Amino acid sequence: MRAVVTVVGKDKTGIIAKVSAFLAEKGVNILDISQTILEDYFAMIMLVDMSGASEQLSVIATECREMGEKIGMSIHLQHEEIFNAMHSI
Amino acid sequence: MFNNNDVLETINMVEREHLDIRTITMGISLLPCIRATAEETAKTVYDTICYKAQNIVKVAEELSKEYGIPIVNKRVSVTPASIICAPFASQSAKIGKALDDAAKNLGIDFLGGYSALVHKGMADYEKTFIQTIPEVLANTERLCSSVNIGSSKSGINMDAVKLMGEIIKETASATAEADGFGCAKLVVFCNAVEDNPFMAGAFHGVGESDTVINVGVSGPGVVQHAIEAIPDADLTELAEMIKRTAFKITRAGQLVAKEAAKRLGAEFGIVDLSLAPTPARGDSVAQILEEMGLECVGTHGTTACLAMLNDAVKKGGVMASSRVGGLSGAFIPVSEDIGMIEAAEKGQLTIDKLEAMTAVCSVGLDMIAVPGDTTATTISAIIADEAAIGMINNKTTAVRVIPAPNKGVGDSVNFGGLLGRAPIMPVHNMSASKFISRGGLIPAPIHSNKN
Repeated sequence: MRAVVTVVGKDKTGIIAKVSAFLAEKGVNILDISQTILEDYFAMIMLVDMSGASEQLSVIATECREMGEKIGMSIHLQHEEIFNAMHSI
Repeated sequence: MFNNNDVLETINMVEREHLDIRTITMGISLLPCIRATAEETAKTVYDTICYKAQNIVKVAEELSKEYGIPIVNKRVSVTPASIICAPFASQSAKIGKALDDAAKNLGIDFLGGYSALVHKGMADYEKTFIQTIPEVLANTERLCSSVNIGSSKSGINMDAVKLMGEIIKETASATAEADGFGCAKLVVFCNAVEDNPFMAGAFHGVGESDTVINVGVSGPGVVQHAIEAIPDADLTELAEMIKRTAFKITRAGQLVAKEAAKRLGAEFGIVDLSLAPTPARGDSVAQILEEMGLECVGTHGTTACLAMLNDAVKKGGVMASSRVGGLSGAFIPVSEDIGMIEAAEKGQLTIDKLEAMTAVCSVGLDMIAVPGDTTATTISAIIADEAAIGMINNKTTAVRVIPAPNKGVGDSVNFGGLLGRAPIMPVHNMSASKFISRGGLIPAPIHSNKN
């Protein structure tokens, strides 16, 4: 199962490091990563593989959100199907 | 495959534009629950609902986290209770209590189906059942009731229309301390649908299978933002943009509906792609109409804007889902939509204009507070007008009005939460009581005779 992680917020040092370290700890493998800076806003989108994850998607999604709140970023981890459903015919 | 902009667009829709799955509603057939006595039936009804829907809240919360889309309400709809109560109609309140208890036990906000279908004729047991509605709605918290009094195929049962005017008044009196709140849980339909997931009008039709998941999606805010992004577009482009937006919203609903049905061991029923507002700013159908170019909803042009919106929403939704049903269109409940509330307060939105709007959108006169001294026959006449629009136009129409006890024009009622607040709107004072007291059936229109 694959999921999409989005990290949006004000740019600062060490965001990718923190997020990827967290995902590694949970056994989530990063397949693809892209980032853009819009003015001073940082937006990172990762495609990840959840097949080796240590916990259920819903649990890791909640933890991601909580971690985001701690570092002042908005972090979402969502099943990729939602994007396929909404954006392809 | 989606791209980065698609991902960020979805996140934006949820975070800033109030995109949500408004309700996951499990339809449960109660036909196998009928027993010889009211007590035994009530127990079986309670046990059946608590068993079948035991995981609905948990599954909805899981799906919400996995897909990152809020699922606001978890609900249950059941077979019209008048059928279940037929052998012991005078004790129907016992079934009402069992339904309400089941809803509380499950932790769901509403359970719909304390309902009767009397569009062609009203049996004695159905009349007895309907007469229990005021007491039941006063003594329960989460139970919703609806009565179908007309259809395009059968005409309008004016005896039932007369009765429902009285029942609405009695319900208001029975819940007078809460400004007639009971009436917010009571809908009178023409052409009621059997798979509607939205409250207060949801019930599980007898033509449905045993256990079904119906999902209602919403997203007035998303549509409003999409229109805002193209301020100079002509109406053809605008309709296209609404269609595309409705498509995306509905797809999210379809995904959640299918997965919820799988996890709950139920059949996937339908997706209802309605734009259902909430009292929150930015989650309003009225604001969409104003974004299209009206200074205030209710002014001239409102009906045309709403007609276009409703049609474009349907077209986008039909393309997006394999099974579209329910009401599917734009909702215009006055108390639940901040734009409608403000327009009514300014006197720009009147009942007469709302009635015209209901001819082109998916519902009817919804969540409208009227003066407490409005007579039962006037309410019946309002119901008859709405039913006539539904019957002739082959569409669902409904009336959910609240004659707020001891209140008049200038006052307002506040029900809180999703049900919102409503200024008391004036109604016409001239009587229609002779028309209502005639009774009988308004025959079905000529175009219903298609066989």
